[in-house]
Amino acid sequence: MRASIRREGRIARSADEVWAVVGRPELLHLWFPGITACRVDGDSRTITTGTGVEMPEQILTNDPIQRRFQYRITSPLVREHLATIDVIDLGDGTCLVVYSTDADPATMALVISGGTGGAIEQLRRQLESGAGPALDALQGGT
Amino acid sequence: MGRKILFVTTDQQRYDTLGCNGGQVARTPVIDRLAAEGIRYERAVPQSVVCMPSRSTMLTGQHPRTHGVWMNGVPLPVDAPSVAAELHRAGYRTALVGKPHFEPFLDPFARFVENRLSREGVFTVDSPWHDGTIGPHRGFEHMELATHGAAGPLHYARWLNAEHPEAVGGFYAVLDQDLEVNADGGGSTGAPQVKDNPIPREWYHTDWVADRTIGWLDSLDADDDWFCWMSFPDPHHPWDPPASELGRVDWREVPLPEGYPEDRAEREALLDAKPRHWRRWYDGSLVSNYEAPSRWVPATLTADQVREVNARNAIEVELIDEALGRVLAAIEARGWTDDVDVVFTTDHGELQGDFGLLFKGPYHVDGLMRLPLVWRPAPSASIAPAVVSQPVGLVDLAPTFCEVAGLAAPDWMEGSVLPTDDDAAVAARDGAQLTEWDSELFGVGVHLRTITRDGWVCTVYRPGTVHDGTEGELYDLSDDPLQRVNRWDDPACAAVRSDLVADLEDRLRPRPSPRRPLDAPV
Repeated sequence: MRASIRREGRIARSADEVWAVVGRPELLHLWFPGITACRVDGDSRTITTGTGVEMPEQILTNDPIQRRFQYRITSPLVREHLATIDVIDLGDGTCLVVYSTDADPATMALVISGGTGGAIEQLRRQLESGAGPALDALQGGT
Repeated sequence: MGRKILFVTTDQQRYDTLGCNGGQVARTPVIDRLAAEGIRYERAVPQSVVCMPSRSTMLTGQHPRTHGVWMNGVPLPVDAPSVAAELHRAGYRTALVGKPHFEPFLDPFARFVENRLSREGVFTVDSPWHDGTIGPHRGFEHMELATHGAAGPLHYARWLNAEHPEAVGGFYAVLDQDLEVNADGGGSTGAPQVKDNPIPREWYHTDWVADRTIGWLDSLDADDDWFCWMSFPDPHHPWDPPASELGRVDWREVPLPEGYPEDRAEREALLDAKPRHWRRWYDGSLVSNYEAPSRWVPATLTADQVREVNARNAIEVELIDEALGRVLAAIEARGWTDDVDVVFTTDHGELQGDFGLLFKGPYHVDGLMRLPLVWRPAPSASIAPAVVSQPVGLVDLAPTFCEVAGLAAPDWMEGSVLPTDDDAAVAARDGAQLTEWDSELFGVGVHLRTITRDGWVCTVYRPGTVHDGTEGELYDLSDDPLQRVNRWDDPACAAVRSDLVADLEDRLRPRPSPRRPLDAPV
């Protein structure tokens, strides 16, 4: 059985500011709690989780016009996976971040989406406070 | 020097599994003796019938809608109020040994503190408390953690994998390859979540919890005051006790439970008289929650499978009783017995064959809602033995621990000190307990609100994806102790129903907003 789960959060920063972080796939571990490292090679990304598991991913979409980022986990631990992050301009200087997880088995979708909820919260904290490792990395040009 | 507190919990244990409560299968002389010397509660009610909300209630002294853990998989915030923190602040040495489950177990990102500290092999870390104090995590200076097997990061699993790796594979795999609760059957009858486990008894988690509790107690000074939560993972499924112990109870000799109608037509008629999710789960057409195997269809449950599950459950209960006996002997050897309060209970019950069902879910009947609870006050307190029939709740435990320690219960605790006899219960309490169920999983939402009062259990169903909000259950516990006859639509009970529903609605406090997110299935 597959499942589709959506987590979302409003961030009091412009969509462009938020997308500047979300659109940089090599920065994920700086705002996704429980991902300790990631490396990007073309459209491949490998993340390392807090339990030490390496998960290969394929980047599918990195569209700065729609502000949409999509990837899938290609590890055999998951039969099917698609993650979609949308940064939606709300027109008032704030934006809505929607992080969707589609996965089979369904339980994996729920486990992963728990992490995505924490990631949105971490993204909000860093952007709204103007400080944090993801912003440091942006300013450092890494 | 004050009174010390040994708080003993099991996981998913029915009221009628103890000898002192009329149980006929398991022999429980240690708990029976505590009951004879102390106070035995005949109507102890959980505020939730699943682990995480119920355990969070025990720790915080709050109802689920206040502490915010509204279903399994919703973590209790690290800085939630904690009775252990109150006791630690008052100078008590504090430990939790065994199953915590305040945070999800399924945690590939290692996001949750209790999984992380176990993985790192440490026994506590500094965390913020609800008042901003930085202190040991949730107030426990020592956490040595376990769950139902040898998988995962907790201390017991790490210990078994390191010291006895040959025993790891003997446990039943709680989850299947899809991370669903495993439906595979075993034993002699093919009952779900049953397996013959070749592990030597002394390596099984029940004895490990007792060993580690004794180890921690041995580390204390003679004049320390202490609060130790000893939390056994059994008799929760899987039912895979050490195979060496299976001879204790021959499943073929186990009587069928009174709540199990052997006749299929009778069973199904009972289910059809209840709100529709009962029958739909039984038939396999609805999976409303994660706590039972989604691929198992209760209608396939046989009488022999009920007998075998009950036999193994009884064996696990006996092992717990004996492990508790060892801990009490260690306490006696330290000369502490006169000053030790022992509280024994569980987080929720188990259907165990009632209505042809196993496991748990959104079903507010005695199988899940009537809990064993025994309080043996410290003999030095000179409290007379008693039996209390008035309803009490797990929400009452935290203020009781404060009372034992000579502390005023903080205003964030919502329960009352447990009564020491029925007269005290009638004089000082209003005799009502609330239980709530909320689950929203993969498009299925179920919401129950229940009041237990005056010998009735009344459940209101909020609108969800299965119910339209008009359904309910009403049982007269004195006339219908097995809750077979739903009186919700009985005109003769209209006034009782109306009164109980109004009382229930009055008592429900506002929920904190926003609702805490679901972060994992369990």
